[in-house]
Amino acid sequence: MSFLDYAPAPESRAILNLRESYGLFIDGGFVDGHGTNFATISPATEERIATVSSADEQDVDAAVAAARRAHDTVWSRMSGADRGKYLFRIARLVQERARELAVAESLDNGKPIKESRDVDVPLVAAWFFYYAGWADKLDYAGLGASPRSLGVAAQVIPWNFPLLMLAWKIAPALAAGNTVVLKPAETTPLSALIFAEILRQADLPPGVVNIITGAGETGRLLVNHPDVDKVAFTGSTAVGREIARSVAGTRKKVTLELGGKAANIVFDDAPIDQAIEGIVNGIFFNQGHVCCAGSRLLVQENVHDEVLDRLKNRLSTLRLGDPLDKNTDIGAINSAEQLQRIRELSDIGEQEGAERWTADCAIPDRGFWFAPTIFDNVSTSHRIAREEIFGPVLSVLTFRTPAEAITKANNTPYGLSAGIWTDKGSRILAVADKLRAGVIWANTFNRFDPASPFGGYKESGYGREGGRHGLAGYLAPDARAASNARIEAAGTTTAKTTKGAKK
Amino acid sequence: MTTELSPAGTASFRDRPDRRSLARDVVGGELTDATLRGFLHGIPGVDAVGLEQRAAALATRSIKTTSKQRALDTIISLIDLTTLEGADTPGKVRSLAAKAVTPDPADPSCPRVAAVCVYGDMVPYAIDGLGAAHAGHGGSVNVAAVATAFPSGRASLRVKLADTADAVSAGADEIDMVIDRGAFLAGRYGQVYDEIVAVKDACRRADGSSAHLKVILETGELNTYDNVRKASWLGVLAGGDFIKTSTGKVQPAATLPVTLSMLEVVRDWHRLTGEQIGVKPAGGIRNSKDAVRYLVTVAETAGEDWLRPELFRFGASSLLNDVLLQRQKMTTGHYSGPDYVTVD
Repeated sequence: MSFLDYAPAPESRAILNLRESYGLFIDGGFVDGHGTNFATISPATEERIATVSSADEQDVDAAVAAARRAHDTVWSRMSGADRGKYLFRIARLVQERARELAVAESLDNGKPIKESRDVDVPLVAAWFFYYAGWADKLDYAGLGASPRSLGVAAQVIPWNFPLLMLAWKIAPALAAGNTVVLKPAETTPLSALIFAEILRQADLPPGVVNIITGAGETGRLLVNHPDVDKVAFTGSTAVGREIARSVAGTRKKVTLELGGKAANIVFDDAPIDQAIEGIVNGIFFNQGHVCCAGSRLLVQENVHDEVLDRLKNRLSTLRLGDPLDKNTDIGAINSAEQLQRIRELSDIGEQEGAERWTADCAIPDRGFWFAPTIFDNVSTSHRIAREEIFGPVLSVLTFRTPAEAITKANNTPYGLSAGIWTDKGSRILAVADKLRAGVIWANTFNRFDPASPFGGYKESGYGREGGRHGLAGYLAPDARAASNARIEAAGTTTAKTTKGAKK
Repeated sequence: MTTELSPAGTASFRDRPDRRSLARDVVGGELTDATLRGFLHGIPGVDAVGLEQRAAALATRSIKTTSKQRALDTIISLIDLTTLEGADTPGKVRSLAAKAVTPDPADPSCPRVAAVCVYGDMVPYAIDGLGAAHAGHGGSVNVAAVATAFPSGRASLRVKLADTADAVSAGADEIDMVIDRGAFLAGRYGQVYDEIVAVKDACRRADGSSAHLKVILETGELNTYDNVRKASWLGVLAGGDFIKTSTGKVQPAATLPVTLSMLEVVRDWHRLTGEQIGVKPAGGIRNSKDAVRYLVTVAETAGEDWLRPELFRFGASSLLNDVLLQRQKMTTGHYSGPDYVTVD
């Protein structure tokens, strides 16, 4: 027996206290949906975990009405300090129930427990703590004194970071005094439903947060509901486009966080061992189901062979398997549908002439799996260099000069993130300055912090989440203050002119 | 590294190719102060944040049940059981040697440690204490001696070489030398290199065989990971059989990121030349949990092949007892206490 055949170290599922079926969380309680119930399964085993309700038009109406009521009568009138107390309480409860949430997330999503335990859930708590602090300081959010909440926020989130995306959406919305109707992804509703229990535990007033489950149609109904003031969506560019079209011409404010095809640029003076880790973390973190994943490796041609050689060696040590095992590095692909898409695009990569290399690892019999894969000799014209694969597939391209690296990195319809690897600080600044991407990591990748704004250029969406900037999407300047500010600004201009005239 | 060398397979300890010629190939010329500086300043830098994150990630591996059992036995077999005190006496060293031979008197299946590590003048008592268990007398336990004006290394080369030759002639199987950190930090890489080469020569015995040389970098005094990496390369190029983190007399001593960084160097050396060099973290590793993390780091960085006494050691004194307690717990199912393991 090899030492590296670590004995199984599964996280216990005993901590989960799941119900057989879940309703919709509307107005502070669980109610049955009027749509057709569906099952949520574990992508690692294809076993059913629980039955989940589906919200139809009537349910969406009820949820939005509850949110409206809660906004107008309770939440928007409450002092910021009191809203902050609720958010702090939620953050602490997330910490208290961290293990349970991590197990639920890994079970339902397929991501390794070490990621849900060490990344997702701690960040969820951090997000609530961070925005709890903002709740009574909105005067300093950059929108002038006494900014107003927008009203009811319709939020639709993806399956790749179910609970974290929930936190990114709910925490700033509540801090700013909005109420929420949130729809988790069809394949990953579980952690959001447990989160609903946490909201009850926190005694959050009914209707402030409503969680409705369902498929794309439920999301469509929610986003198009006439009584919604704000739409926040994270997901594919195709759906984002549809949402932008449908809310065009309405009063609804929109934040879209869409796809990406990030360049991870490795210069020849990079700290090589850490760059390899960064490449791995950039594309194989969360099975590559990351919108800001570093899916295009741009490596300087003079170190290409060495980087690839080291990368392949490193990938050979990755452990694919049971997401609940604490030693698993690569979990399951979230759904059969997604697996199909990854396979299709990978086959296209091969047909286009890119050189395919796949890590040698045993694939379990059941469930959805895709071994870490690298495509070498990829050209900018290949589809695998242009389209978002959203899976553990890395496309490797080369460049010769910093200028070429910048051109190639920017040559994409997306612009969510990018990475730069070099030991030279001045080069980091010079290159970052020219990259058209919302987030740029230097000598690291896929790191998140609630204080840092996150969002895209071009087809990666608009609006920012996180930091002070994240509040702007949920606030409007106070009407009176805004008009006063205009008058004041006009006065200043006049004074200046007078001064100028004297000269 | 720009040098292209195809891996030449794994060289065994006895017939390894001449290190100097390998080093010349890797550095690309004669080994002078200038070529060494060019080479060491050309190796890729180390990003501290990234290195520490990687070490922290390796430390989250969960080693349970059968893997843990195996890991504990492996740890014992990799320990250099150490006493390096001014107050060391023949009696203390004999007692330590006895513990090295029979770590757990209650369990004869418990493996022996790799070596006992003492000051040069204590070598005869260590050999005497080990008796038939000594490697030189048909056993498996080596005697390692620290030399070269350990721990500071502040003495003339003549004194350092005499110190080394003295320990070797007393029967030491392994020499743990310290590099001249002053020379290193002053940028006199050639001097550091030449000293290691000279000490390696002084390890030669009359019969032509040679004591194994461990090169202590004293990473706590080098301060940066970039320096650790440069010093590791120097130690390897100059002929060290092992590179070792610390004397145990300076804080911080061994840390997981430092050891990881050194393992990356020996991994790269193996990739370039096919030759395997050992790594020894020393000082500060006190419990089983920490030691298991080192095993994981070794196996996932240099490779599982490194988990043997020829290629990996723990320099430790209190670690052994914690491992024994854990081992007893795994066998009996309950925790015992400090009175169920011997004090030394």
